[in-house]
Amino acid sequence: MTEQSVIEVARAPMAATWRDYLSLMKPRVMSLVVLTAVTGLVCAHVAMSPVLAAVAILCIALGAGGSAALNMGYDADIDALMRRTRGRAVPAGRVQRADAMALGVVLSLFSVGIMTLAANVLAATLLAFTIFFYAVVYTRWLKRRTAQNIVIGGLAGALPPVVGWAAASGAAPLQAWLLAAIIFVWTPPHFWALSLYTSEDYARAGVPMMPVTAGAASTRRQILGYSLVLAPLGLTPAFVGLGGAVYLAVAAVGGIGFVVLGWRLARSRAGESGEVRVSDDALYDVRAGAKTARNLFAYSILYLFALFTTLLVEHLLGVGPLSLAG
Amino acid sequence: MSDPFGEDPQAAKARRGRSIAIAVSLAVFVVIVFVITLIKKGGG
Repeated sequence: MTEQSVIEVARAPMAATWRDYLSLMKPRVMSLVVLTAVTGLVCAHVAMSPVLAAVAILCIALGAGGSAALNMGYDADIDALMRRTRGRAVPAGRVQRADAMALGVVLSLFSVGIMTLAANVLAATLLAFTIFFYAVVYTRWLKRRTAQNIVIGGLAGALPPVVGWAAASGAAPLQAWLLAAIIFVWTPPHFWALSLYTSEDYARAGVPMMPVTAGAASTRRQILGYSLVLAPLGLTPAFVGLGGAVYLAVAAVGGIGFVVLGWRLARSRAGESGEVRVSDDALYDVRAGAKTARNLFAYSILYLFALFTTLLVEHLLGVGPLSLAG
Repeated sequence: MSDPFGEDPQAAKARRGRSIAIAVSLAVFVVIVFVITLIKKGGG
C-alpha cells in the first residue's frame, strides 16, 4: 500500500451523500442475492404472510449489504490500488473506513435480529453465517492469501436461496442446497473471466487471483472445467421436483451457451496482453484480446438470472415440475 | 445565522441528507418491528 493511498483512505469524508453509503452495499450484487433468495423462499411452497416474506427478503438484502460494507471498509487499501475499484466511496475518500465498517456492523445486526423476529432462528443463523463467511472468512482470511479465495468464498454468495427457503419453511432441505450448489459452481468461472482482463489490477494490489498466481492459460482451462460441471448441474433442478419443462429448456440452452463460450475462451489468449480495458469504469468495454473473457463474464450473469427467474416464474405460476422427479 | 460546524454549503447539505436517511431508517425499523409484532400476535 502506498503512502498516498493511506492518506486517501484516512481522509475525512466532508461531502459523503446517502448515495455513497448506498454504494457501499453493492446494489448490483444485492439484486442477484435478492433474486436467488426470493426463488428459494417461493420454491419452499409454504404459506407465509406476504409482509413477513417481504421483511425476510429485506433482511437478506440488508445482510448482503452489511457484509459488502464490511468488505469495502476492510479492502479500502487494496481497492485504492486497483483501477476498477479506486473510485469507490472509501478509497476515493468520500466515506471514512470506520464509517463503512460501522454501517456494515449495524446492517448485519439489524438483518439478523429482524430475521429472527420475522422468520425463524434457522434462517437468522444461516444469514449470520453467510455474513460472517463473506466479511471474515473470505474478505479477511482468504482473499489475500490463496488463489482459491473466490472458490471457497463463493459459499457466501451461494447461500441466499437456502436462507430464503429456511425463512419460509424453517428447514433447509437438499433441494435448497442444490440451488446453492449451482451458484457455488457458477462463481469461479464468473469471477475468473472478469479477473482475466483485470489481472493487472489484482497483481498491483497483491491479490492472488488465479490469473495472477497460475497464469492466464491455466485459468482459462479451469474456467472451461467449471463450465463443464455447471452445465449439467444447472439441469438437475428439473430432475428433483423443482424445475419444469421451461426450466429444463432454459438450463439446457443456457448450459450449452456457457460451455461454448468457455471453450472459445479456453482456445483464446485472453489474459495474456496488458491492460485491456478502455477506461477505469469500462467493465465491458475491452480491447480485442480480452473479448472472449468479457463475453463469458457478461453471459454468466445472464445465465444465472435466467435460471433463477425461470424457476421463480414457474413456481409463481404453479407450473408443475417434470415427472422425471423421483 | 452562521453554520456552527463551519462547513461549506455542500458538506452541510450532504450531512443533512445523511441525517434524514438515518431518521428515515430508524422510523422504518420501528414500523417493521411493530408490523411483525402485530402479525405474529395475530397468528398471521
